[in-house]
Amino acid sequence: MTTVGPVETWATIITVAATAIAGDVFTAGAMRRIGDLDEIRAHSGLLGAIKAVTGSGMFLLGVLSMALSFFTLLFTLSNVDVSLAAPASASLTFIGNAAAAKIFLHENVDRRRWMAAALVCAGVALLTR
Amino acid sequence: MKHTLTPQRYLILLTVILTASFGDTLLSHGMKQVGPVSGHNLGLLLIALKNPWVIAGILLLIGFFASYLTALSWADLTFVLPSTSFSYVIVALLSRFWLHEEISIYRWLGILLIVGGVGFVARGPSLTEHTIPVSEAL
Repeated sequence: MTTVGPVETWATIITVAATAIAGDVFTAGAMRRIGDLDEIRAHSGLLGAIKAVTGSGMFLLGVLSMALSFFTLLFTLSNVDVSLAAPASASLTFIGNAAAAKIFLHENVDRRRWMAAALVCAGVALLTR
Repeated sequence: MKHTLTPQRYLILLTVILTASFGDTLLSHGMKQVGPVSGHNLGLLLIALKNPWVIAGILLLIGFFASYLTALSWADLTFVLPSTSFSYVIVALLSRFWLHEEISIYRWLGILLIVGGVGFVARGPSLTEHTIPVSEAL
């Protein structure tokens, strides 16, 4: 059902991935600052948890990036098969996120996590064939 | 301290997987009914918001977002993402059996690799121990 050429297909897929990486890193950073949502909900209830999340500027930046990614994905899905668009953008997002999480979130991306990211990335790349 | 997950937290990860895969597939089904969107008719994206499949997809993706945020509050991004990547296996199965897209031998191999990757990361700790608080490091 793909209705556009390879350049436009990959340009939209890369845009989906880049905005998704920004969204993931901003929201993960915000959630790490806010702390365990299960504990916050136990102390302040669901409203308290929602307030803690939506009051974070970093979270709002993440949502903005995710919204951009979502509309680019909608645009992509209307022109490209979901079985190509979803795994291909996810594949790029995986490797980008592993690097971004190590650099910006200081996560311990050890050999196990790189292997997992690489396996999943290769797997989703194969899904596009 | 090795961070392992309680059954309730595994249930949250399962919710992330199911809402993401069903949400994406419903969106795809809806957008195929709406028709191709190009730079000249971006208004069609707003019309798409009236399609029941797109609405159902969006509702599921809201559920995905809530469970995803909950998971990120107690686990690393590089743990949550590979663990929930099983959703792409479900997307592949749904696109084959519901949307009638072709699944080649390569796609089945891809599914096997993803399952392997999920198994790999699921055996490790879910959260990085920081010597300084992340809020100061960021």
